[in-house]
Amino acid sequence: MSATRAQRFLHDAAIKSADLVHREIIRHGIDSYDAAVLRGRARFKDWQSARRKCQQIKQDAINHLDKYLLQFEEKVIARGGHVFWAEDAEQACTYITHVAGQLGVRNVVKSKSMVTEEIHLSPALEKLGIKVWETDLGEFIVQLRNEPPYHIVTPAMHLNRHQISDLFSEKLGERISGDDPGQLVALARRKLRQAFFSAEMGISGANFIVADAGVIAISTNEGNGRLCTSVPRIHVVVTGIEKVVPRLEDLALFWPMLATSGTGQPITTYSTLIGGPRRPGEVDGPEEFHVVLVDNGRSKLLEDAEQREVLHCIRCGACLNICPVYRHIGGHAYGTTYPGPIGSVLTPHLNGLEQFKHLSYASSLCGACTSVCPVSIDLHHHLLHNRRNAVSQGKTNFAERMSFRAWRFVVLHPRIYRLAGWLGRTTLRLLYRLGLAGSILDPMRPWNRGRAPMPLPTESFRSRWRRHLAAN
Amino acid sequence: MPSRVSLFVPCFVDQLTPEVGVDTVKLLRRLGYKVDFPEDQTCCGQPAFNTGYWSETRPCAEKFLRVFGDAEFVVCPSGSCTTMVRNFYPELLSSSPSRSEAIALGQRTFELSEFLVKIAGKIDVGATFPHNVTYHASCHGLRELGLRDEPRQLLLQVRGLKLLDMLRCDECCGFGGTFATKFSDISVAMGNSKADNIAVTGAEFVTATDSSCLLHLQGILNKRNLQVRTIHLASILAQERA
Repeated sequence: MSATRAQRFLHDAAIKSADLVHREIIRHGIDSYDAAVLRGRARFKDWQSARRKCQQIKQDAINHLDKYLLQFEEKVIARGGHVFWAEDAEQACTYITHVAGQLGVRNVVKSKSMVTEEIHLSPALEKLGIKVWETDLGEFIVQLRNEPPYHIVTPAMHLNRHQISDLFSEKLGERISGDDPGQLVALARRKLRQAFFSAEMGISGANFIVADAGVIAISTNEGNGRLCTSVPRIHVVVTGIEKVVPRLEDLALFWPMLATSGTGQPITTYSTLIGGPRRPGEVDGPEEFHVVLVDNGRSKLLEDAEQREVLHCIRCGACLNICPVYRHIGGHAYGTTYPGPIGSVLTPHLNGLEQFKHLSYASSLCGACTSVCPVSIDLHHHLLHNRRNAVSQGKTNFAERMSFRAWRFVVLHPRIYRLAGWLGRTTLRLLYRLGLAGSILDPMRPWNRGRAPMPLPTESFRSRWRRHLAAN
Repeated sequence: MPSRVSLFVPCFVDQLTPEVGVDTVKLLRRLGYKVDFPEDQTCCGQPAFNTGYWSETRPCAEKFLRVFGDAEFVVCPSGSCTTMVRNFYPELLSSSPSRSEAIALGQRTFELSEFLVKIAGKIDVGATFPHNVTYHASCHGLRELGLRDEPRQLLLQVRGLKLLDMLRCDECCGFGGTFATKFSDISVAMGNSKADNIAVTGAEFVTATDSSCLLHLQGILNKRNLQVRTIHLASILAQERA
C-alpha cells in the first residue's frame, strides 16, 4: 500500500509537472492572488506582529482545548442545539446519516467544508439515496466532475472558463454559448436556488469555534453559506476540534488574517456567527442545530509536543499558493484531502506516516510556506521532523539506510572521503566519455534526466589548496 | 574586525566546483585576511540530516565541531551549509554535551556575503565584472539566515556589473538536496520555471550564494541550450580589474 501511494504520487506529479497548460492556469490564478495578498498585507500596520499575536492566541486555544470546547458545548446546548463528539470519521458520518435518516432527509445542501471531505461525508449520505448539493461555486464545479477539491480555498483553481462552460453544457442539460462568466454563474445560481429551497438539511463547516460566545463563525463570499445554514429545517455543523479561538474579540484579528491570507480581501463578503436553532419569535433559521466536533487523529497530534502547533492551522491556503511544488504539480497529485505543505505535514498524522511519508520528502525545504503562514506554523521544519520520524521508526528502505551508513563512514574519515571523491569523479568522467551519461549504468541517472551532466573537475578544492594555496 | 578566518568548503564545492573555493580564498586574501583551511573537514552532514538520518549525522556534526573548534571565524561560500551549522546543529545535538559548543560555533560561522557585509563591513570589495547579471536568492540564505540584501549590496558595488531584476527571484530553483534526485521530475519542472525567469532578464550570468542551486540550474540551462551561465557570487567578487 505504501509503495502504491508513493508510486502513484510520483506518477501523477511527473505528469502534472510536465503539463504546461496546467502550469499556466495555476500561474495565472496564483499571480492574481499574490497581487491581492500583497495589497492586503499592506493594510496591516504590522503584519509580523499580527502573525505573532495569532500564534499566541492559537497556542492558548490548542493548549486548553478541553476547557474551551466544553465552554462552547455548554452554550450551544443551553440554546437548544446538539453537540456530538466524533472520535473518528466513521462516528461523525454515522451520527449525521442517523440524524438525516430519522428526519427523512432527501436533499442536502452543503457549504464549503474541508473536514467533510476528510471524513468522506457526501459518499456516506449518497449511499442512503440522499442527494447532496455542493453550493460553493468551485465545489459545485468539482462535484460535477466527480473530483475532490483541487485547493482548500479555491477548489476549481485548475479549470478555466472554457472548461467550465463545456462541463455545464454537458452536465446541467443547458446549452451555453460561449464562456461568459456572468452566464455561467447565472446558470449555477438557478440550479442551486432550487436546491436550497428543496433541501431539508444544510451542512456547513466552521472557520472558527468561538468558545466564550458558544458560536461558530463562517467566512464565505458567495452567500451560499447563509442559505445553507438558514433555509433548511436542520443545520449540521461539522468541524475539527482545533478550530477554537477563545474569545469573540479574537475574530477582530482572525477574520482579517484569514481573509487576507486566503484571498487578499480585508474580510470576506459574509461573516456569519451561529450559535443554535431558531428561537421563539425569530423569523428564520433552522429548527434543529447540530454540531459535530471531529477528532479523527487530532488528539493524537495534540500529544506531540514538537508538532502540536500544526493544529493552529486556520486553512487559509497561503502555504499552497506560495509552494513551488504545489505550483508545479497541483492539488490532485498529492492524493490527500489537504494538499500542499500543510497537507504534507498533517496527513501522516491523520492517515499514517507509513503511507504518507513520501509527501514529507516531496519538498525542497525552501521554507516559503513557513514565511507566509498567518499563524507562524514552522511548516518546513515539521516536514524535516516527519522525515526524521520515518527513519527512526524504520520506515525507510534498506538500501537507503545502508547508503547513509556508508556515507557516515566516508565523511568521518577524511582520507577515505578524498579517495571516494576522486574515484567517483574519475569513474563518472570515464562513463560520460563513453557516452553513457543518463544510461542505466550511470549512478547519476536520476540527476541526468532533465539536466545536462555536472562538471567533473580533475582536481578537488583540497588538492588545489595543497598544491597552490596553502603556502601563501 | 578579525584578521584570520577559517574556510569551510562544503563537500560539493570541494568535489564539483573547486573554483568557488579558490575564488573565496583569493577574495578573502585580497581583503587582507589570513585564510586557513582545516584539511580534516569533509561534509557538514546536511544530506543525511535532511533525509532524516539524524543519528548518522550526529558524529559528523561532532567532528565538524572538533575540526573548527579553535576557529575565531568560519566563513563558508554556501548559505545552505552555514544554515546546517548555525541553525540545525543545536537542534541535532540538543541532548548532547556538545550542544553549547554547537551554538557557540554557529554564532562564529558565516556565509560569505554575510561575513563581508556584517562582519568585515565591506560592501565594495574592489571587484570588476563587466557583464549583465541576475541574482537568484537561494532559499536557505534568504529564509534561514535572513540574508535578503547582503548579496545584492555587494553586487551593486562591482565595477561594470549591471544587476538585472528577476521575476520571482526568491522562489526555490528546485534543487533541494536529495529532492533533486528523489523527485527529479518536480525538481526539473521547478528548475525550468526558474530558467525561464532567468532567460527573460537577458542576463549573461545568473549568480547565487550556493553552488548547489547553480549546479542544478546549469544542468537545466545546458540541457535547454540556453546561453546563460551560472557563476557563484564568490567568483564574481574575486574578479579584479583586467
